[in-house]
Parts: sequence; structure tokens; C-alpha cells
Amino acid sequence: MHAEEKFTHETWPASPERATLEAKNKFLGFWLFLGGETVLFASLFATYLALKDKVPNAEQALAKDLFELPLVFIMTMLLLTSSLTSVYAMYHMKNFHFKKMQLWLGITVLLGLAFLGFEIYEFNHYVHEFHHTFSSSAFGSAFYTLVGFHGAHVALGLLWITTLMVRNARRGLSLYNAPKFYVASLYWHFIDVVWVFIFTVVYLMGMVG
Amino acid sequence: MSTYAQKKGFGATIWDYLTTVDHKKIAILYLIAGGIFFILGGLEAVFIRIQLAVPDNNFVTAGQYNEILTMHGTTMIFLAAMPLLFAFMNAIMPLQIGARDVAFPFLNSLGFWLFFFGGLFLNLSWFLDGAPDAGWTSYASLSLDSAGHGIDFYALGLQISGAGTLIGGINFLVTIINMRAPGMTYMRMPLFTWSTFVASALILFAFPPLTIGLFFLIFDRMFGSNFFDPTMGGNTILWEHLFWIFGHPEVYILILPAFGIFSEIFATFSRKRLFGYSSMVFATVLIGFLGFMVWAHHMFTTGMGPVANAIFAVATMAIAVPTGIKIFNWLFTMWGGSIKFTTPMLWAVAFIPSFVAGGVTGIMLATAAADYQYHDSYFVVAHFHYVIVGGVVFALLAGTHFYWPKMFGTMLNEFLGKITFWLFLIGFHLTFFIQHFLGLMGMPRRIFTFLKGQGLETGNMISTVGAIFMSIAVIVLLINIVITSVKNEKVGNDPWEDGRTLEWALPSPPPFYNFKQLPLVRGLDAYWIEKMEGKQGMTPAEPLGDIHMPNNSIIPVIMSIGLFIAAFGAMYHNEHSWGIPVLIGGMLITLLSMFFRSVKDDHGFHIHKEDLLEDEDKGGKA
Repeated sequence: MHAEEKFTHETWPASPERATLEAKNKFLGFWLFLGGETVLFASLFATYLALKDKVPNAEQALAKDLFELPLVFIMTMLLLTSSLTSVYAMYHMKNFHFKKMQLWLGITVLLGLAFLGFEIYEFNHYVHEFHHTFSSSAFGSAFYTLVGFHGAHVALGLLWITTLMVRNARRGLSLYNAPKFYVASLYWHFIDVVWVFIFTVVYLMGMVG
Repeated sequence: MSTYAQKKGFGATIWDYLTTVDHKKIAILYLIAGGIFFILGGLEAVFIRIQLAVPDNNFVTAGQYNEILTMHGTTMIFLAAMPLLFAFMNAIMPLQIGARDVAFPFLNSLGFWLFFFGGLFLNLSWFLDGAPDAGWTSYASLSLDSAGHGIDFYALGLQISGAGTLIGGINFLVTIINMRAPGMTYMRMPLFTWSTFVASALILFAFPPLTIGLFFLIFDRMFGSNFFDPTMGGNTILWEHLFWIFGHPEVYILILPAFGIFSEIFATFSRKRLFGYSSMVFATVLIGFLGFMVWAHHMFTTGMGPVANAIFAVATMAIAVPTGIKIFNWLFTMWGGSIKFTTPMLWAVAFIPSFVAGGVTGIMLATAAADYQYHDSYFVVAHFHYVIVGGVVFALLAGTHFYWPKMFGTMLNEFLGKITFWLFLIGFHLTFFIQHFLGLMGMPRRIFTFLKGQGLETGNMISTVGAIFMSIAVIVLLINIVITSVKNEKVGNDPWEDGRTLEWALPSPPPFYNFKQLPLVRGLDAYWIEKMEGKQGMTPAEPLGDIHMPNNSIIPVIMSIGLFIAAFGAMYHNEHSWGIPVLIGGMLITLLSMFFRSVKDDHGFHIHKEDLLEDEDKGGKA
């Protein structure tokens, strides 16, 4: 099968994301990249746990003073839902329904944008209400770096998915771009998984312990 | 030749190398760039030894000495040893598994240019505000206090080149998993391919902690964060952990491919199958695994407590077991073989006792209680030079002689090669053997001078004389390269006559599509099997057909330049108002190049069957 080949609903292969050698390479290479990303975030989590609540004086806010569950809960729900909608998108990709795939990807992007909006509000809130900044303490540096790295991943993911959608809007699905969509959705799931850990380690453990 | 006719001329050649995505040309780029950095790092080593030749010397100042020793270590590890190994991995590994190229030719090129611009950035520090001066380990307690921009150059330069290395690692992993020729099962892969595979996996998991550590250092020094500052709640030991979680696997990233090169050389010149192939594979994987369990043995004196020290001490000693397996397998490969003492084989034979000496001192250092005595002394300097020079550099020099004909189509002069070998071997032991004793007598490492009358004069003088021997050896090698390139006597497929693996079934250098027809692999040492059955070459595994090839691209260079520019912006933004715009501008160049690359259709091109048939008479048979 060639990347440039034209397909119909009937001839579209079962696993278009792995149908050509280039696609197989992309698929495996991206999984490996996510392995490296896992170690990257593991280092950030380790650092956060080591520096949590490490502040230079008693006036500074600690984790238990900062976090509020409702806001973080909404963010978590937004991101989890966006993972689900990206699954729908991939379902339609595998069934050669380009329009429906684009629609679900569009919803994914909107949910991601909403998440990012809440995150910006959250950071702004901490800075102005609690004077908890990147430079105020080691705790602040570790918090903003961990959560900010995740936020930067979300922003990059949004740019990536949007680029793919715009670029292929007129082209439709092919074996050349199907693996690209698939890999982008893998990345989106990874971001979601990392957030689940941030939700647990930073926010839940922050409020309890 | 119609569809892939090459332009000639100097400018066209430069453009060709800037845009190339061919793994063999990228290998040459790695070899040249790595070679230049090796010479720079070597010069720095010579300056260190001149300064320490006599007591109370003032050849360089204490500050300059710190810069020189930092740059020597950083350059040798990141910019010389790894790129030179990458040169051989790129040149040989795809040929060994019967692939037409690596899995991601574009990323291969990007990996090289990121490394190159990162290395260039780091070395520009010599001309701008001074070089980094906190040692190659750049411990936070030193590096946060260092004035000027030296440490900024270190952190930003390594960040850029580290990204390149990570990309290279993923690329090799996917290539080995997905692109092996028909019949090339995992347990038929040559040992060099196996060690490339394991080293790439180590890169994948070891470089992210360095990336994070460097980000923290960049943020602390340039953007006001407090990761390592105890007065703000930070923790300076954090850097040590992150650095060594990377740093210890890093030494296995260096030594495993070296083991791979030696395994090929031992089998080839003993004209015998590698003894204990499966146990070699097992040992390689086990060393890679254990490599992640031992980082804190660099930190015994940090105060982690007896339990942590004991665990890391035992884990460290355990690595001696798989390494010992390898040593004995190499000895048994030679046992009963009909040995040819070519230049590569001389390096391989000399490697065994040299490396074992380094291993023995390694076990001594792993003994946590005794390490309190050895720590930060010249004993440590002697130890790691015995493993890294006696292991990695020997392998690089052996590999240079061994694979030169495959990469360039002409043989290095054997007589000059042997002169290089003997000079370097003698110089190496002169330089570093005595340092064990200097260390035990109390000479600390990273010290810019020493006093008279403490019994350190003779040892240091001997050490300096050894360094001169090694320098002459490298000059002889360079002369050898020039003479060989000028003569340019072409050689055939199998210039050593005893080649065992697939790369020797191809012309030297191979055509840019490597294999006209993918070969059928029938066992370990695929080419040797065919030769022993009297065949001229490999049996093809597919009919002759069109070959799909990737297009060249200048985008990797532009992407790397973008990050290079951004790094200047990050570094100067606290004192110049143009810093932030330059940082953003550089990042935009990189991001827009990525965007351009994503949006543009790039399906590559096909070499047609008819053109391949035309190529027949030019020795492209494989």
C-alpha cells in the first residue's frame, strides 16, 4: 500500500495508522518518545515531591492554603472528556469518516482550550491572591514548572491538532496523514494521563497532606 | 543515473551535506564534527598536563584551569565520544541489519545539526565572557555561584545538543525494531547492532532527567527560580541526583557501543564466530538495565546514610558480573582462532587488560567505606580514564581503522596505524597508571597546581610525558588520514577479507540506496555463511523493483539555528533589552520550520528499476 493511494470506505485498511512502513515507524517511534516523556515527567514529579511546601519563611502559602477542589475538578473533567472525544475521532478515522473525525477533533480542541483557560486563571489567582510565584520559593518553582510543563504540552497539542485539521481539511484522509492524526491523539491521551497524576500528586495530596 | 544525478563542485557538495538525509553522509558529518571536538578536548587535556607538569606552575591561572578542565570533560563526553560513536552507528548499523536507511532520515539529520549547533554554542563561551568552570558535573553549589555566562553556555549548549542525541536514540531504536532485512531475527543481529540498540534505549531513558536538570539550572540562573537555592527552600543535592541518574547510564551509553565494535573486531580477526553470542547479548542488556540502578555511587560522600550507600555499592559491584562474562567471551573468541594482528585487532587486544584495570579500580571505588578515602582524588581520575580511554577511545580508534574502508572506500595505512597504536598505548599507560598512586598519596582532582616536596613531582611529570605521546599518536593518525585520502586507492567489498556481517557484502562505500535488493539472512554472520558456501554475495530476498527514497531537506539546519539564536536571547535577557525578543524570535524560527515541515507534502521519490539495472556494472551487486 502506498501513501498516495486513494481510498474508499470499502478499501480503507483496518489499521490505517500502521499500514505503511513509514506509518509503522511513526507509530513505534512515537510510543518510544512517550517513554522518554514519561521519564521527563517522572523527574518533574520527583522534584515537586522533594520541594513541596519548601518555602523560605512562614508567611508564604503552602499547598493546603492554595488549592481548591472545585476548580481542579472542572479542569480534570474537561481534560478527561477531551480524551474521550479524541477516541471518537480516531474511531471515525478508522472508519474513513473524515467529516465526523474533524468534528470530534474540533470538540477536543475546544475542551483543551477551556482547560488551558482555567489553568491560566488558576495561575493568575495564585500569583495575585497568595503571592505564590515562580520566584517566591522552591515550592513555587517546582509547582509552576511541573504544572506549567504540562500546560505547555497541552498548548503544543492544541497547535498540533489544529494544524493537522486545517492542513487536511481539503485533502481528506489518506495513509499519509492517518498515522499523523493517530499519533496526535496518542499524544493527547498521554497529556491526559499526566494530568491524572498531577491531579492526584499535586492537588489531592496537597489538600490532604 | 537520470533521476538521481548528482551536481558536482565545492558549493554543491557543501549544500549536499547541509541538506543530506543519507545515514552514510550524516555518519561522515558526525565523524568530522566529533573529530574536531576530540582534537579540541585533547588540546585542553594537554594544557591541563602542561600546567601540572611541574609544581607551582603558572602556565594558566587557577580560573583558566577550572575552565579548561570543565571544557575538557564536557567536550570529550558530549561532543567527541558520543558523536563519534553515533558516526559508526549511522554508518554501519543500517548496513548490518540490511536496511536501506534509518527509520527517520529527516530526524537523523536534525539530530546531527542540533548536536552541532549545541556544541558550537558551548564552545563560543571561550570568546564570550569565559567558559564554564564548575566541572563537567556542574554541581549546583558551584554552578549557581559562578560569575559571568560560562555556566549558561554549558546549560543551554547541552540542552540543544542533548535534544539531538535523544532524537538519534529513538531513531536507532525504531530502525532496529522495524527495518531488519528478511531473516534478520533479533538473535542474528551482529553485536554492534545489539549494543547500538541497548545504548539507544539507555539514551531514551537517561537523557530526559538531564533535560530536566538543565532546565532547572537554566531557570535558576536566568529566570529567577529557586530549585537549588537552600535559602529559598531549594535543595542543591537535587541536581546531583538528576545529573547522575543521567550521568551513570551515560557511561554505559559510551561503553556498550565500544564493546560492540570490539566484538566485531575480535570475531573478524580471530576468523571465528564470536564465542558465547547469546550470553554476550544477555550481558549487554543486563549492563544496560543495571546501569540505571547505580547512580548514587557517585555520591557516597554526600551523606545519604549507610543503608543507601550499601545498596548502591552492591548494585555497582553486580555490574562486574556481566562485564566479566564479556571479557571471558572475547578471550575465548581468540582462543584457537587464527588471529591476524591488524591495527583494529591490536587495539582490541590492548583494550582487554586496560579496561580490566579500570574495572578493578571501579570495584575498589564501589566499596562505599573505602570510597571516602578515594573520593575526589586522582585515583578517581585514573579510574575513569582507564575505562573511558581504555574502553571507549580505544574502540573509537579501532573503529576508525576498521570501518574507514566501508565509509570512504579506501584503507588507512596499516604501518602508520600501528605506530599510532603503540604511541597511544604507551602514552595512555604512562599518563594514567601513575595517577592511581598520585591519588592514593593524597593529590586531589581538579586542583590547578601543587607544592614542591610532597612527593608529587615525579608522578606528575611522567603523566605529562605520557600525554605528549598520545598527542603525537593522534597527529600520526591525522597524517595517515591525509595520506590515505590523497592516494585514494579504491578497495572492494570486503577489504579485510574476513568480514562476517552484512556491511562487508556491499561495495565500499555502498551506493546511496545501500541494497539494490534486500538480502536474505540465513543466520548469524550472514555474509560469512554465504562466503563459506562459495557464493559471491547475498541471496536477494525480493525481486528487483523501484526503491523509495526520502528527499533532502535544509529544514533541520534552520530548526537548529533557531534554537541556537534563542539560546543567546535566554542568556542575555537579564542585561540586554533585546534578550526576550531574540529568545522569542529564535523559538519562532524553529516552530515555523516545524510547521512548514508538517504542512508541506513530502512523499520522497523513487529510484526506478531501469536506473538500478544501469548501475549494475558499477559493483552495486548485493
